[in-house]
Amino acid sequence: MDFNDTPEEAAFRQRAQAFLAAQVEPRAGQTESLQKRLSDKEYMLAAKAYQKAKAENGFAGITWPKEQGGLGLAPIFSVIFGQEEGKFDAPAGPFTIGLGMCVPTVIAFATDAQKERHVGPALRGEEIWCQLFSEPSAGSDVAGLKTKAVRDGDDWVINGQKVWTSGAHYSDWGIVLVRTNADKAKHKGLSMFFIDMKSPGIEVRPIHQMSGGSNFNEVYFTDVRVPNSQMLGGEGNGWSVALVTLMNERLAVGGSPGPDYKEIFEWAKTMPGQDGGTLAEDQSFRQKVADWFVRAEGYKLAKFRTMTALSKGQTPGPESSIGKIITANQLQDITHNAMESMDHFGIITDAAYAPSEGVFQQSHMWAAGLRIAGGTDEILKNIIAERILGLPGDVRVDKDVAFKDLPSGR
Amino acid sequence: MNFDFSDDQKYLKEQARKFLSEQSSMAVVRTVLNDEQKSHDAGLWKAIADMGWLGAAIPEEFGGLGLGELELCVLAEEMGRSLAPVPWASTVYFFAEAIKIAGTDAQKTAILPKLAEGGVIGCVAASEGPGEPRATNLKTVFDGTSVTGMKVPVTDGDCATHALVLAKHQDGTSLVIVDLSGAGVEAKAIKTFDPTRSHATLTFTKAPAQLLGEAGDGEALLHRVYDRAAVLLAFEQIGGSQACLDMATDYAKGRYAFSRQIGSFQAIKHKLADMYVALEIARSNAFYGAWALSSDAPELPLAAAAARIAACDAYYLASKENIQTHGGMGFTWDVDCHLYYRRAKLLAVQAGAPSLWKEKLVRRLEMRNAA
Repeated sequence: MDFNDTPEEAAFRQRAQAFLAAQVEPRAGQTESLQKRLSDKEYMLAAKAYQKAKAENGFAGITWPKEQGGLGLAPIFSVIFGQEEGKFDAPAGPFTIGLGMCVPTVIAFATDAQKERHVGPALRGEEIWCQLFSEPSAGSDVAGLKTKAVRDGDDWVINGQKVWTSGAHYSDWGIVLVRTNADKAKHKGLSMFFIDMKSPGIEVRPIHQMSGGSNFNEVYFTDVRVPNSQMLGGEGNGWSVALVTLMNERLAVGGSPGPDYKEIFEWAKTMPGQDGGTLAEDQSFRQKVADWFVRAEGYKLAKFRTMTALSKGQTPGPESSIGKIITANQLQDITHNAMESMDHFGIITDAAYAPSEGVFQQSHMWAAGLRIAGGTDEILKNIIAERILGLPGDVRVDKDVAFKDLPSGR
Repeated sequence: MNFDFSDDQKYLKEQARKFLSEQSSMAVVRTVLNDEQKSHDAGLWKAIADMGWLGAAIPEEFGGLGLGELELCVLAEEMGRSLAPVPWASTVYFFAEAIKIAGTDAQKTAILPKLAEGGVIGCVAASEGPGEPRATNLKTVFDGTSVTGMKVPVTDGDCATHALVLAKHQDGTSLVIVDLSGAGVEAKAIKTFDPTRSHATLTFTKAPAQLLGEAGDGEALLHRVYDRAAVLLAFEQIGGSQACLDMATDYAKGRYAFSRQIGSFQAIKHKLADMYVALEIARSNAFYGAWALSSDAPELPLAAAAARIAACDAYYLASKENIQTHGGMGFTWDVDCHLYYRRAKLLAVQAGAPSLWKEKLVRRLEMRNAA
């Protein structure tokens, strides 16, 4: 039992560190992030330049096949690069979904000519991809989506609405899951396309989130034409193609989303407690710090166990589903406690007064969304129960009924 | 990254599980549960001694197998899973570890070889009343050669041959070894929440005792022993939690209500998923404790505290929700749910309750940050 890299892993890590040190700024000691300092346009240019540098220096498409311009390495190397990249303020965000989920789906299902056209530009950061699955009435039950595509000659014509699409406004391409046959059962009438996001009839509108910000979009499709040749995986096979996309999601996420036990404990040393001392001296607060430490360390160490499995060439199972349940709930709990421990003062978000420029208040808003995004707590628990513990699926009322005959509420 | 047990250690674990499923079946556990006169299962104790497990982490020069602490961790997990009704934890995690880290060569030679054979059963006699035993509230006194006072409760106190006693000494406290077959010792069994493990009061009246470690260093030494024991107990708790999760999962698949398996209801699924998440957090923290223990790392005090807190949480959750999943059946004497519920509580309060460990953890975190 040890925490050492294999010689091959250590050499790769060293190369990654050297590359990152030359390209991007370390997070440590930073007062304001790159994204805050730059305008949206400047940030996007920086992101594209960084992705290009990754591709030129052999750090893009780490696990992708060599014939697609990837490195053909085992997943452990991707995790190692991610660990090192996380220590830097690298503008990698705009590419996470495209390179993590969309392009791997294209690689799995597109023709050679299509791969030739699309994979390289995506890998070099020249084109950005987004994923269009969720809809206003199809979230956890995404196969209940209603956006439909109707065949017209060599094209399909798409009408409907997608929602929660990250990066739709700056994406060049997208993969979109649509219903091509409403007479078939829910999961059987779906098809997947890749689509030019500049196509006529596509309208992108930012969502005004409860946090006040707009990190996601609604995407409206009005008579949008897409060639039949851009269907991935064949007509009616959209659900199995989507499962391939979503399988890649699990390796693409991770990391701490905001203030954790360290940050709140440090901060508590500057806050008044109940008995004349600091908050960090209050017994009830200290008991909670211990709980937060145990969960944060437990999650970090669980990832080390996953890395161990990867390092031995094993495929990690759905065990990684526990990650977001822990981190999202922990973030909500920590920020809730930070705000309550300030008493009335905790309500202030005005940066002129709020401690740490209101980071706890902002994160408390964000945490509520984090428990939903990319699989709700409830869906993740279903995954644990069904795929790890082997419990039976829920009784289904939608299995052998034509989609058009299913009740949909509103 | 190699944050896992070796193939040999996993093989040992598998063998231990097989062995214990026969030797420490629920029928065996229940013979101790149902018989107030029976402190432990002597047959099982002998079988475990014959396997060499008691001396697994004792060096060969003192009669042990000379394996490492990691081997002890995998054995602990299986002992916890089987609810083995023997004085294993008292003897191996507490008594043997204390002698190993603080005993003189003479003490090691006198005690460890016999312990490895099963001839010495150890126990810890620290508690005298509610709350953590400290210099400020202890009444038991060591005068340099003998000890006087009363300890309650002492896990395995009625079957132990030797006790590790925390007593006031000079200006502080000392940890002393008492041979319980000697003069001035009275053991009396008492009833507890977990009758599958025996408990007693130990009354010492000028009972001959010898110092373990430095005079006046008793509490600090006991806490060092607790750090080591906490990691091993955590594995026992994980074994028990896993048994509860397995039991609840099986039941949820086989039990029908409203004409469907109860495991198909999300209310049950999410309950079991919560148990799984708590167990994974506990297991990961325990692994880190195992690494720190086996490599004598300076991280041990913090890692041990985290392992203990996570394991107590996981076992409490798993043992209570196992009963809940079983419904009315789970509240009966004949279904085994209550045996884990009992053991979970014993393991959580023995060696310091979680709230004490949480404060220890935060103090250790402050020390690490200051360093």
